[in-house]
Amino acid sequence: MASKIKRLDIIDVDRCVGCLSCMFACARRFGEGGYDRSAIAVRSTAGVERGFVVVVCRACTDPPCARVCPVGALTLRKGGGVYLNPSKCIGCGFCKEACPIGAVMWDDEMNKPIICTHCGYCVNFCPHGVIGLVEVA
Amino acid sequence: MHPKDPLPNVLYIDLTRKTYWVENRKELFEEYLGGAGVAINLLKEECPKGADPLGPENPIIFAVGPFTGLYPIASKTVAMFKSPLTGNLGESHAGGRSAIAIRMAGYGAIVIKGASDRPVYVAVHGDKVFFRDASALWGIKSSLTVGRIIREREPGAGMRTIMRIGRAGERLVRYACVVTETYRHFGRLGLGAVFGSKKLKALVISGRKSIPVADRKSYREIYKELYDTMVKSPAMRKYHDLGTAANVIPLNKLGALPVKNLQASKFEKADGISGENLAENYLGRRIACAHCPVACIHLAALREPYVDEPYFYKTTFISYDYELIYSLGSMLGVGDAEELLKMLDEVEVLGLDGISSGVVLAWATEAYEKGLISDKETLGLKFKWGDAETYIKALRYIVSQPNDFYKALARGVDYASKVYGGEEFALAFGGNEMPGYHTGPTGYFGFLVGSRHSHLDMGGYSIDQKVLGKEYTLEELVEKALREEEWRQILSSLVVCFFARGIYKPEVVAKAFKPIGWDLSVDELEAKGRAIHRLKYEFKIREGFSLNKLRIPKRILETPTPHGRLSEETFKEMLEIFKAKIGLSF
Repeated sequence: MASKIKRLDIIDVDRCVGCLSCMFACARRFGEGGYDRSAIAVRSTAGVERGFVVVVCRACTDPPCARVCPVGALTLRKGGGVYLNPSKCIGCGFCKEACPIGAVMWDDEMNKPIICTHCGYCVNFCPHGVIGLVEVA
Repeated sequence: MHPKDPLPNVLYIDLTRKTYWVENRKELFEEYLGGAGVAINLLKEECPKGADPLGPENPIIFAVGPFTGLYPIASKTVAMFKSPLTGNLGESHAGGRSAIAIRMAGYGAIVIKGASDRPVYVAVHGDKVFFRDASALWGIKSSLTVGRIIREREPGAGMRTIMRIGRAGERLVRYACVVTETYRHFGRLGLGAVFGSKKLKALVISGRKSIPVADRKSYREIYKELYDTMVKSPAMRKYHDLGTAANVIPLNKLGALPVKNLQASKFEKADGISGENLAENYLGRRIACAHCPVACIHLAALREPYVDEPYFYKTTFISYDYELIYSLGSMLGVGDAEELLKMLDEVEVLGLDGISSGVVLAWATEAYEKGLISDKETLGLKFKWGDAETYIKALRYIVSQPNDFYKALARGVDYASKVYGGEEFALAFGGNEMPGYHTGPTGYFGFLVGSRHSHLDMGGYSIDQKVLGKEYTLEELVEKALREEEWRQILSSLVVCFFARGIYKPEVVAKAFKPIGWDLSVDELEAKGRAIHRLKYEFKIREGFSLNKLRIPKRILETPTPHGRLSEETFKEMLEIFKAKIGLSF
């Protein structure tokens, strides 16, 4: 049996302690420190005492980010979400505007979107089970 | 160091002239790594000899290190300044998002000079620095409100630090703290008062720099090893489960928990303020500093009814740690968890160092009992062990300082006891109020000679517990304590949280340096640790510190420790050994 297609998902946001380890992990995929190029975002809900907001790509099957791309740089991923073809991307930022949950991050240095590929590397570094890979098909 | 690492950038902010500039200090960082090592050098450069700690000439240095932003639990920022409490070296560490924010903004250190003529807060967003008027924030009742206002006004949600002072800092209470991310603190030695003296209400920092590494593959591998060790380590588990409050019961059993101004070392009400009781009945949320998977920050949810309307409640989140459970709990005879939590909330609102506050009130209670002070001085407050309501009123008076007595309390227990008597039970060392460890000779030795008179300098409380029941010489204790303080200079230069000291062993640190482009052997690291320690000591001596005039409060010799009663001779002997080892003249 072929392996199932998976996507990143929030398992339980209330378990988040705000350590940002997932963001650092995402940046390490590019072999760098910090979290500038992270495709996942964690911030407090109006103060850390109220818990955290964790923004991940929902892997839409009809993604608005791809629909508004004027140059076809975002192509549909099997199982939801999109792939970015950076050589086509002109950095217009429409995709970022179109995503209602703010899951299209922005790389200011390259002036291109940061798109979650649902690789699940971040999941290995979430100490408290906030995020996970779930099967979609 | 990787040639493109922004670490060597030092941001200088001049509050007098409202200007800023950046200097590249590559040699300084290569020699002293970052954190404490770099900060002591910058302090020596910027702080003139004999500077008034509350004058514009006293600089504030913040420094992070090469591991910040690259490795887990490298989550702390080191602050250095001249302490208005001790009149000597001021060094305080805090986590929250402070370290990551400074590093991501593209700096290894920030130096704040001069003083503003009117209240300001400073916002550092990457390359830009903004001086914002803070007149309307000055005098706001709660430090928490100040955080909320700035949070809505400034960009960078999720990746910024908001350091701010409360009214204690504005009113120059010598042990006012700087609060960051609501629940973490540059607590000790009065950084809040230095902020206040500069009319600096807050410092916001954010940025989005990335940090290049030299060997991507091995960087990822070493990161994973460190991370896995951390999340599986039992020591880290303890900090996550009950947090530092886990120490209350073991220290009480041992007879090392200071009670009622250290008139005793076992507390009959310890169960009430134990980590177990707080976790089972009040724990509402655990949170972490940025880049720390452990999450040791414990927030209690305190639900209180309003008296004027039925079924009307407020729920307050209050962070608790061992040190404050000791200082505002057992040290004051407060054994009720809710009463304790209300006091913790009050020091947070006012922006006071909780350890110093508790020790000052403990002295005041005993002085009141003994008749050294009366209702005239206390303005009618009747200090009584366990009476949290009175203590909360007293904390407010320490900040508002309506008479000479409260003005004296605002200067610390050393000063207050010089004016009103009771020095033999004024529990400060080197001018700094004691932390909660009546463990034996090494703990106190560390308070006396540690470079910032903190339990965290030498970790003597831990050495005392390890050697309990074993044979040891004073020479061995001093040797262990001094080597520990020297090695901790490396940890606080990286800057790694001391809670991970069991993981960041010398060999591990040397190994982790490699993929990020540094080549340092264990020997070289240890030599640097020694050098940084001596630099701190040289600064102390320059500012008038002497091992020949240390004050040992009699009280610590009267109440038995787990090692029995301590004698003054023990300390004299330890000091002589220390002097010979450290090799500086006094």
